[in-house]
Amino acid sequence: MSTAVEPRGWAKAALHVNGWLVYIFFYAPIALLVLFSFSDNRNVGIWGGFTLDWYQDFFDSSNARGALSNSVKIAIVVTIISVILGTMSALALERFTFRGKKVFDALLYLPIIIPDVTMAVMLLLFFGEFFDLLDMLFGLQLRKGFWSITISHIAFNISFVSVIVRARLSGMNTNLEEAAVDLYASRWKAFRHVTFPQIVPGIAGGALLAMTLSLDDVVITQFVTGPGWTTLPVYVFGLIRKGVTPLINSISVIMLLASMLLVVLSLFAERARRGG
Amino acid sequence: MTVISEPSSESAEATPQFEKAAQRKESRRGFFLALPSYLYLIIFFVIPLAIVLVYSFATRNRFGGTDLSGWNFASYERIAEPIVRTILFRSLWLAFLTTIICLLIAYPFAYFLATRRPAIRNVMLVFVMIPFWTNFLVRNFAWRVILGNDGPLTKTTEFLGLGTHELLFSQKAVVLGLVYGYLPFMILPLYAAIERIDGQLIEASRDLYGSGWQSFRNVLLPLSMPGVIAGSILVFIPSLGAYVTPEILGGAKTTLLGSYIVTQFLTARNWPFGAALSFVLMAVMLVGTVIYFRKGGRTL
Repeated sequence: MSTAVEPRGWAKAALHVNGWLVYIFFYAPIALLVLFSFSDNRNVGIWGGFTLDWYQDFFDSSNARGALSNSVKIAIVVTIISVILGTMSALALERFTFRGKKVFDALLYLPIIIPDVTMAVMLLLFFGEFFDLLDMLFGLQLRKGFWSITISHIAFNISFVSVIVRARLSGMNTNLEEAAVDLYASRWKAFRHVTFPQIVPGIAGGALLAMTLSLDDVVITQFVTGPGWTTLPVYVFGLIRKGVTPLINSISVIMLLASMLLVVLSLFAERARRGG
Repeated sequence: MTVISEPSSESAEATPQFEKAAQRKESRRGFFLALPSYLYLIIFFVIPLAIVLVYSFATRNRFGGTDLSGWNFASYERIAEPIVRTILFRSLWLAFLTTIICLLIAYPFAYFLATRRPAIRNVMLVFVMIPFWTNFLVRNFAWRVILGNDGPLTKTTEFLGLGTHELLFSQKAVVLGLVYGYLPFMILPLYAAIERIDGQLIEASRDLYGSGWQSFRNVLLPLSMPGVIAGSILVFIPSLGAYVTPEILGGAKTTLLGSYIVTQFLTARNWPFGAALSFVLMAVMLVGTVIYFRKGGRTL
């Protein structure tokens, strides 16, 4: 790989300054948020000495804890189902030809590029009509909540998982798979013992992305959630709109820690992917 | 001679059938692997999309409900109304502004990254990826804290003798939040494009007495154009549909298309109009994506 030519003189200096400013721009707000979550002042953004009160508030608030546990439950179910469906579609698209493949390929891209708001509106109207239909046909009175959120998150995560697993599959040498089949391994055995171990890093990367996106989603969840059911981001978003309180600071830092943990895990997955 | 040719002609007839059967079997396998996701997306994506389309031609009744009979274009015609036009143009303008600012910051930054040694470069890339993975809501909230009354920014400007600022709840704050949120989307494709360029081409242009500006304008920029287009679309589309950022950092005068659509559903209860607006938003997004793939973009 050739390294791009570094300019000389003032252009070089400008590039360096811009580079460091970008990093400051990225990290200063996050650092300040963490700092103020320990500030003993009701007014968010003003330093008033060190305290852990706001974290205590979080653990005392049954609403916040309930929302956190809802978020985690949903994220786990979403990740498992999206990874299975996403990996299956990645295999189908990378290793097989079948009728309707092109349409499927295009359809799989749509949830990635569609704006959140549009997808939220789509699912809101869908669940409304669907529940009316069930009520009319079977007298079933369903309410939006865990399953409507889970179903919606899976609807966009299948695509993200499949894109990541496909990238892994397409970069892989197919000789080993072919050799296994030539040696009378069944397609399943070839997959189980040859293909699968090689795509595990891709699957792990996809799983972490699915989990992150599920834990982060506000817009779609807000549209498909029901009364009495809330996830952590939706809960925080509601709090912010009512007015900024130090409790939001501490919850934000907890969410930040969760994101960071997932980033670190994804870096390990990335390293395994490159290492092969 | 006939003894040898006899079986070979037989197998020549048998092979295509055998192969066809095997191919059919393979095709069936592929189809059944894709089937669960295919059905899932048809039920939970295609049908919902069709419902939005149907709703966009429906009429709102007096009670805030929706009459699905008697289709009309009234909701689409409302887009021409002054208020809606203002919001539409404001959204386009702010999304455009966000894209340009991201481009101006990210291009030199991506070039700077590309000139680092590979070991350092990877570490620096990781530190671009971290904000990319970090919760978007939290990152926007951080700016709410910074820009707030008596917040760190006010303290800083007062300390520097610049007086106070009134950034929060303004369009500037929204653009700032959007740039902060989507800058990694611009940096990553730009870096991928610039890193691929052969540095010798730029050296050659300098050797041939091209000025720095000429090398940039005639060599570097054209070669990195796919990255510029990919990054711009990746920033422009989510900015146009932004909802969280204007809700947190914007005020009454900064309603954008995304928030306006949400209002139609959650408070104004005009579902047909909201459906029509979401459909327009999606159409803009589709046009952008088609351009992206035409220009040779591969990754999303």
